[in-house]
Amino acid sequence: MSGSVPQPAESAVPSPVDPVAPVAPLDRTGGYLGATGAAAVAAAGRATPTRWRLLLRRPTFYVGAGILLFWVVCAVFGYMFAPYNPLAQQLLLNNTAPSAAHWFGTDPLGRDLLSRVITGARDILIITPLATILATILGTALGLAMGYIGGAFDAVVGRIVEAFLAIPFVIVAFMFVVAIGHSLVGITIIIGLVFTPLIARTVRAAVQVERSMDYVPAARLLGENSGRVMFAEILPNVLPAVLVEFTVRLGYAVFALATLSFLGFGIAPPTPDWGADIQANYIGLPAGYWWQTLFPALAIATLVTAVILIADSVEQVLAS
Amino acid sequence: MTADLGVTAPPPADQAPALSVSHMDVTYRVRGQDRLALRDVSFLISRGESYGLVGESGSGKSTAALALVRYLPSNGRVSGGTISIDGLDPLSMGTSALRDLRARTVSMVYQEPGRALNPSMRVGRQIAEVFEIAGQSSGDAQQSAEQMLRKVQISDPGRVMLRYPHELSGGMAQRAVIAMALARSPSLLILDEPTTALDATVEAEVLDLVAALRQEFDTSVLFISHNLAVIAKMCDRVGVLYAGELVEEGPARAVFENPRHPYTVGLLRCIPRRGQRKDTDRLDSIPGFLPTPGVTVTGCIFAPRCGLARDRCRQEHPPFFAVDEVRTSRCFFHEQAPDLPRATPVSVAAPAADGTGGTAGPLVDVERLSKTFAGGVQALAGVDVSIQQGETLGLVGESGSGKTTLARVLLGLTAPDQGSVVTLHGKPLNPDVRRRPREILRALQIVFQNPDSALNRRHTVRALISRPLSRLAGLSGAALRDRLEELIASVRLEDRHLPLRPSQLSGGLKQRVAIARAFGAGPEVVVCDEPTSALDVSVQAAILNLLADLQRKEQATYLFISHDLGLVRYLSDRIVVLYLGRVMEVGPSETVFDGPHHPYTEALFSAVPSLDLQRPDRIRLTGEIPSAADPPSGCVFHTRCPRRLPTGICESTEPPLHEDEPGHQIRCHIPLTELRELQRSPSVSSPHSESG
Amino acid sequence: MATFLLKRLGLMVLTLWLLTVLVFFAGQVLPGDPARATLGNLAAPSAVQALDHQLGVDRPLLTRYLSWFGGLLHGDLGKSYSYQTAVEPFIRAALINSVKLAVLAFVIVVPLGIFGGVIAALYAGRATDRTISVTGLSLSTVPEFVSGIVLIVIFGVELKWLPVTASAGQGASALQQFRHLILPAIPLVFVLFGYIARMARAGTIDVLNSDYTRTAVLKGLPRRTVIRRHVLRNSLLPTITVIATQTGYLIGGLIVVETLFNYQGLGNLIYKAALAHDFPMLEAGVLIIGIVYVVATLIADVLLTLLNPRLRLGGSQ
Repeated sequence: MSGSVPQPAESAVPSPVDPVAPVAPLDRTGGYLGATGAAAVAAAGRATPTRWRLLLRRPTFYVGAGILLFWVVCAVFGYMFAPYNPLAQQLLLNNTAPSAAHWFGTDPLGRDLLSRVITGARDILIITPLATILATILGTALGLAMGYIGGAFDAVVGRIVEAFLAIPFVIVAFMFVVAIGHSLVGITIIIGLVFTPLIARTVRAAVQVERSMDYVPAARLLGENSGRVMFAEILPNVLPAVLVEFTVRLGYAVFALATLSFLGFGIAPPTPDWGADIQANYIGLPAGYWWQTLFPALAIATLVTAVILIADSVEQVLAS
Repeated sequence: MTADLGVTAPPPADQAPALSVSHMDVTYRVRGQDRLALRDVSFLISRGESYGLVGESGSGKSTAALALVRYLPSNGRVSGGTISIDGLDPLSMGTSALRDLRARTVSMVYQEPGRALNPSMRVGRQIAEVFEIAGQSSGDAQQSAEQMLRKVQISDPGRVMLRYPHELSGGMAQRAVIAMALARSPSLLILDEPTTALDATVEAEVLDLVAALRQEFDTSVLFISHNLAVIAKMCDRVGVLYAGELVEEGPARAVFENPRHPYTVGLLRCIPRRGQRKDTDRLDSIPGFLPTPGVTVTGCIFAPRCGLARDRCRQEHPPFFAVDEVRTSRCFFHEQAPDLPRATPVSVAAPAADGTGGTAGPLVDVERLSKTFAGGVQALAGVDVSIQQGETLGLVGESGSGKTTLARVLLGLTAPDQGSVVTLHGKPLNPDVRRRPREILRALQIVFQNPDSALNRRHTVRALISRPLSRLAGLSGAALRDRLEELIASVRLEDRHLPLRPSQLSGGLKQRVAIARAFGAGPEVVVCDEPTSALDVSVQAAILNLLADLQRKEQATYLFISHDLGLVRYLSDRIVVLYLGRVMEVGPSETVFDGPHHPYTEALFSAVPSLDLQRPDRIRLTGEIPSAADPPSGCVFHTRCPRRLPTGICESTEPPLHEDEPGHQIRCHIPLTELRELQRSPSVSSPHSESG
Repeated sequence: MATFLLKRLGLMVLTLWLLTVLVFFAGQVLPGDPARATLGNLAAPSAVQALDHQLGVDRPLLTRYLSWFGGLLHGDLGKSYSYQTAVEPFIRAALINSVKLAVLAFVIVVPLGIFGGVIAALYAGRATDRTISVTGLSLSTVPEFVSGIVLIVIFGVELKWLPVTASAGQGASALQQFRHLILPAIPLVFVLFGYIARMARAGTIDVLNSDYTRTAVLKGLPRRTVIRRHVLRNSLLPTITVIATQTGYLIGGLIVVETLFNYQGLGNLIYKAALAHDFPMLEAGVLIIGIVYVVATLIADVLLTLLNPRLRLGGSQ
């Protein structure tokens, strides 16, 4: 802008007022902290690394992703590389402690525990993501509606949701199982339904924050109808929260499924399942057969922890 | 009482100055890298002196305050230089010495008074805490606290002591905070934007209070603000900060009347002065942007934006030069600073379309507009306002005046009470925006105050500006693209901005996007709701020029809402003054400003600090703005009116809005002719005080 | 404030009523004829019909709901299919046992969680914080039965420090009961600790960054006073109310833990009832649990209102 401006005549430089020598130009590596609000347009992508990269920098993400990847491999390829058939019973070898032949020992029916632990990942890793996706879709829709429409709708539906939440999910699952029987689809749906209100609650809160922003009336002034406001204006801003909820709920879905299986309302035997195996085997604890429960327990613990670590790092990245 | 006296006497030789800052650097560590927030800042405050630190966002002024009391965030540190408060060095002190310093020697008051107080503790207790630290017993401390409250002109201190902070109004809370700050007669009082969040009349009271207490307690004051008028009023000397550097220093009056650094010159030119009008005098602006954080700058830090910059400026970092014995400027060419070339030409290219439609009816007409919210809060009561085609109607009022509600009703975002009439081109408007047809939506648009809230941060600029084009103007394809280009150019954005999201833009750019969006479909009326309040002064001027240009170009009509009276006067053709939901005065801009005017208008205008220093004595209003849920009887202003009639008519009867001069209406029992007489001589009978 | 409380109470009643509807009709979805379940598959159809009639299950749905609901209001929770006697005494005894366990868990986890969260906040970003946060997070994700089993193996079987059953037997002293309840309480503590610590941490960090904390520090108050009087008072407020909402998780955890440790609490009771298809017992148990949950939420709301002056006294001018 100063190129076309007439330059003032050069004059003698007056003496500085400060008797100390003028400060040398900055020679540090940093610069100046400019305005937080008035920074020039950042060269796109130069200043802020993309979110993916931020994610990859976090150790919690690495650990979680690593463990999760291991179990995914087990789920997909487990039946191929497990040393024994997880369903094959060798009654003469039952209750053997871990040894070279059976790294995790055998269970009361003589089945190799290592194989059962490896292949047990499959059902869990099929059901829980699907259930969580179901819960996320339903919960987001519900939360959007409740948060945006508000008023009586929100109050009434809120009460219903609260009533649902008051019933322990174990009981809901049980009732479902009794009515329909054990089925993978059934379990998936039931876990999905149980988590829907929780997600709805979080989404609702996020929607209410967005509703108070000025871009909502601005959209109204453009003639946008409610549907567009909800989905094209508010939803994109709520998605980060939804993503975090998804990852968190995924961890708890594993938690829930394992608990259900332990109580007998989840995956039915003889399908290898960690929770079910623990339920079948833990009476052997006083007899000293610790491996039969410890290894499936560790499997559950590591999987859940892995997912939650990922969830935590996603949340940290999106919050910054 | 006010401090625009010029140079103060030099301090007695044996007393240490209240504050001495010498070559201070403050560094923040951001993402593993060091960034300088303040660079080589030096200034001195003598005993009893008031020093102003002026700067826009990013100047580092708040950082300076926090550095002085050693309360920088954990990633910040004073990386160079020395500080001395009353002869003591806070940087090298141990914890208990620092505590002592904070308790006795230096106090701080900052922007939002409500948030500065613990919400779970009674106000009295919080003030008493200060005395307890001094060693008083809790009973004595309570007594002392009550006395301090009296000193800050809270007339029922006993009751206020028992209140919780959320029960106090902004003005009262700030007084309580000031009471806490001055309780132990500190040597230095630091004020960081103490009145920015307050209404004009309340602000004036608080500033007067600070000035009075300063004398009484003999406290030196460091006053930090972006508002030059306030600094001019309150401070003896001033330092101008830009991007972390002190660029000019000297007696306040001298610096503001005769600035000697191109930045100061530019800044002052951004502020509309008395007599300037949008049609004839465009505001100057400061081109360019603040330096990007993390970028090393060699040479003068202002050079990239300076109209006087030469090669030397870009290569050498200027030291301080003496302008005279008491003034300094960090510029090689400070003598030519007043001749800084303008960045924007003074006069406008095309003459303004004079408010046409003289015979045609008003474009927008509002009659008997009332709005009562749930709980009995009456935001608007019987408001009659009309907006002529092509004019800018300025809407002025403090909090509770109803100006935002009026705008919302006009736009259909809030439904008015039964019996209210709101028409456009004579035809009534549907009170619900969702039911308005497209043509109406097209005709009425708004520019919101806060672009962070008004622009959907997940949409690109292109999407944001294109939406009204497709939705309201029905454009698509090539026609849409052409209009988009046209709009971008008229708000001075560029193609490269289109794929960006709001978070990647500065405040000024965001507001331009919002303006482009508002003008997209060719509206007839644009409501500007404090469009520049969230922006820096230098950016503000550019946006105002833009608004004025667009009005000319698109023949738009504005409803301009602002608390900044200088802006309103500059931009508006006519002005409406609202108080507690009622119209107090309507008239042409200059008439309303110059008088004679309504006593409220009079008080409001005299309350706002201005750089134009020739003014009559201030009318001081006391008491708080009454609650809209329980308005006073008769004339709602009577509780604070300094010209209240002794006959009692003001308390009993609400005056009608009467037109004493053509085009000029006033709601007052005192006729205009009498007001003219009264307001000519500045002596005012002492106003009734109101317990508050 | 009174109107607010009344409104909340009213909403709570509505929720409770919805709960009864849900529970009842959910129970009706379950297949299986109660008489047949009692008499067995080989019983004659006429006998089954007679017992059905006696039990009243051949009446229309709405009538059955109303009579059940009416009974509820009188405190009659129905008759167990399995035991052929009133459900109520079982529920009562089980409830008391569960309360003991739950209270023990709460008493341990609430102070621990708050303490952990506040410490994490005071040292936010540093090693202490990361340790507490990650530990809390990891522990909370381990299902109760997993941690329960691991604890049993380590402390009960291998080290034999603590008993592995939760019931101390009839007439045991308080101390004995306490000893037996520790192991079952720990999995519950693990699950809740993470969440409580997290809430306390977030609340405290918010407050530490607030303007009024700055005011307190700049007044010259010693750090301990600032934390006690200004920080904690404001940060614990939301945390305390959040705790009350954890009852949901706690209850879910009770079912598992009681089953694992063979403790005669409400969770165990309804689990066994579920397995045995003893629907009246199941419904009554679920209802009681639901009531506890809803009441806990109400208490949380009330607490929040009482402790927050802004809500207690109404808005500002």
